[in-house]
Amino acid sequence: MDVRFKPGDVVRVRNAYPLGHIRTPFYIRGHTGVVERICGTFGNPEELAQMRSGEPRQPLYRVRFLQKEVWPAYQGNPEDVLEVEIFQHWLE
Amino acid sequence: MKDSGEYQPYSYFQLMEVSLRELLVEKGIVSEAQVAATVADMRERTPERGAKVVARAWSDASFRKKLLANGSQAIEEIGLDVPALKLIVVENTPQTHNMVVCTLCSCYPRMLLGIPPDWYKSRSYRSRAVSEPRVVLTEFGLIIDKNVKIRVHDSTADMRYLVLPMRPAGTEGWSEERLAAIVTRDCMIGVAVPKLI
Repeated sequence: MDVRFKPGDVVRVRNAYPLGHIRTPFYIRGHTGVVERICGTFGNPEELAQMRSGEPRQPLYRVRFLQKEVWPAYQGNPEDVLEVEIFQHWLE
Repeated sequence: MKDSGEYQPYSYFQLMEVSLRELLVEKGIVSEAQVAATVADMRERTPERGAKVVARAWSDASFRKKLLANGSQAIEEIGLDVPALKLIVVENTPQTHNMVVCTLCSCYPRMLLGIPPDWYKSRSYRSRAVSEPRVVLTEFGLIIDKNVKIRVHDSTADMRYLVLPMRPAGTEGWSEERLAAIVTRDCMIGVAVPKLI
């Protein structure tokens, strides 16, 4: 699986709600952030949870979001961030 | 199993555990000795392992650099056995405070910190750490100045996180053992900072 993004790229988390074992938290779906680093490639948890091979393995990223963009009523430093691990097939 | 005391029937989860273990042993997938050895290993993993890593990083600048660049590799180099751990170490600085949560379940660097505390697995911590971290930290007794940025790390997939706290002033010349003694579990999750005892 090609690594499509690099650190610094602006990415949006897919706003989708499929059934199954999904490691993309609901609260972050549809939000836009910046790739902080590439963690490597790992078996796809949605496949592994079904006792399948996890192939094709997916690149995993850490994506950084501004708190005030994720939570409109956020109180705190406007530069406070939230960093979440997200698999490539959840990013666009 | 205790030799004395009143008879208590197994709870639902105890019964599940015993049934599953006995089946695995009966089918020859694992032995009782392997199960006992794994439980013993798990019990041996305590936050003292993480504290040792932090104390080393405070004492050795080149180790600190390696630890931040590649956590798993650096801790293997100091002889800690951490099978399959993908570790990211995040460093507190005068400008940034880090805190760790797993909103989906209870992912935690067990190899370095042992069994997670109950509050780490609670619905309240898991949901509020990402949405109002400053309020949560205040409840832990930690007030982070508004000028300091907070980075919350949601451990949603394969990586595990350890916070490298700032070394407190007044610890100059301390041995690694003495330093490790002030590094608590909560400091390495990011809900506390080390204090001089």
